[in-house]
Amino acid sequence: MVAPQLPDGLVAVVKRDCATCCLVVPVLGEIAARGRPLTVYTQDDPEFPETAAPRVDDRELVVSWHHRIETVPTLLRIENGVEVARTEGWSRPDWEALAEVSPLGATLPARRPGCGSLSVDPANSDDLRVRFEGERLKARRIELGDIEDEIETAFVRGWTDGLPVVPPTPARVLNMLDGTRRAPDEVIAIVPPDLVPVTVEKVAINAVMAGCKPEYLPVVLAAVKAACTDAFNMHGLLCTTFFSGPVLVVNGPIARDIGMNSGVNCMGQGNRANATIGRALQLVVRNVGGGVPGGIDRATFGGPGKHTFCFAEDEAGSPWEPLSVERGFAPGTSTVSLFPGHGPSAIVDQISRTPESLARSLAAKLRAVSHPKLVMGMGAMLVVSPEHARVFAAAGWTKARLRAELDALLMIDGSELARGAGGIDEGIPAAIAQGRKLPKFRDGDLAIVHAGGSAGMFSAIIEGWVSGERGSQLTTAEVVP
Amino acid sequence: MTTTLLDPTGERRSVERPAASRLPALAGKTVAVLDISKPRGDVFLDRMAELLAARGATVRRYTKPTFTKPAPIDLRRRIAEECDGVIEGLAD
Repeated sequence: MVAPQLPDGLVAVVKRDCATCCLVVPVLGEIAARGRPLTVYTQDDPEFPETAAPRVDDRELVVSWHHRIETVPTLLRIENGVEVARTEGWSRPDWEALAEVSPLGATLPARRPGCGSLSVDPANSDDLRVRFEGERLKARRIELGDIEDEIETAFVRGWTDGLPVVPPTPARVLNMLDGTRRAPDEVIAIVPPDLVPVTVEKVAINAVMAGCKPEYLPVVLAAVKAACTDAFNMHGLLCTTFFSGPVLVVNGPIARDIGMNSGVNCMGQGNRANATIGRALQLVVRNVGGGVPGGIDRATFGGPGKHTFCFAEDEAGSPWEPLSVERGFAPGTSTVSLFPGHGPSAIVDQISRTPESLARSLAAKLRAVSHPKLVMGMGAMLVVSPEHARVFAAAGWTKARLRAELDALLMIDGSELARGAGGIDEGIPAAIAQGRKLPKFRDGDLAIVHAGGSAGMFSAIIEGWVSGERGSQLTTAEVVP
Repeated sequence: MTTTLLDPTGERRSVERPAASRLPALAGKTVAVLDISKPRGDVFLDRMAELLAARGATVRRYTKPTFTKPAPIDLRRRIAEECDGVIEGLAD
């Protein structure tokens, strides 16, 4: 709806249910008596104030909403249809300056704060917003009958991941869209498996359902973008019989700004941003992309991380550069990185106090990713805890040093890997294994980040899926407002 | 009070396409055998190729670059142009 134009001259917006508005009624009379053109809009009682004319009934709050009236009384000066000055509440010097009339309200106190405008009253504002801004929303509207439960409806229509969702009403979606500067109709990605263009609005709808706050939306949008790239290959990750799903690691100031957890229990329950951002991505893939478990999602087991698997890197406590910087972004840039993974699984080492010993511990467990006899096929994300990172930091090991040491420790003799070796038929073809050492991970397939609570001499492995161009690659997108 | 919800889906309906007509017989036909690059898929497909050849079909072998991604459109077009039918090993 287009904002209604205000008449030139002075405009006052008032309501009867406001002591300050009642206080300034004589002042409005003084302004009119001095021949200044004055129009009064009243929010609650079209007869108020009895002495003022012309008086315009704004009980529908069309003028108040569109001209962003937050306080009554508000006095505006309009020239050629454009607002050039505004004052809120009663302030004699401000009213005198704006009305170019002096003295004004000589018998009144010099100042009185105003009251809340009905157009911003929380009891009205959502309804008003839908009435006046609802046309921004293009998604199909579904009217529920009086006896239909909105949460049950979401289940019946197949919109949920098995947990209840927040009903995506137009008011909630409009509020969600406040979280981004992007236009609601901007297409941000093509979502597999059905290859459906997804708009900011559709992401916002699913973010509402997931339980996100508006300030999380830019992270969700970046995650959707990253997921829907050839490099990340969400299509394959969804369809596979394997356990994995997208694991989100958030870097940069946005993580702190929206209250993400990078510390105690960061991969567990309890933090709204961690829990709902990962969930929102999964709901987009399900609802927009058509990726339904048991349909095109053929996972043998799946995993709890397919509800949500999202945490922030602990950058402040890390001895190393953050993942985002390794991925080529400037320090201080907010990013979300997607890794195709599942888990976590634990590496316990409470004894090692030298980096050499601890690296061997980590390598021993990393060797078992997917299978101790399979190499170069699947990646991993090693999440080093503060107590383990401390050991490396004390010895001056950089992240690059740790990775180089792990790479060296994870060169495995082919004789241990061949099919049949160790009495295990699984393994790699003898022709490939024979007479050489092979790396557990190919270049770029082992990511290292720092997170977790300050107590616990454990680190975490998030095991990966098919890595590299054949499968899914760690993919990072910048979070933009 | 009536509640309005916004549709979170892609608001699309899949297009219904009729299945291609079945081959009445294999003799004299060219049949594609598409390996999706899964381990040991070749074991199954080698045998399929033998059996198809024994029934008088000409077998052409194709391979997807990776099992994790849909077959590239060029590969799909080539198979459609060069063959009368296709057998695809879909899983392990």
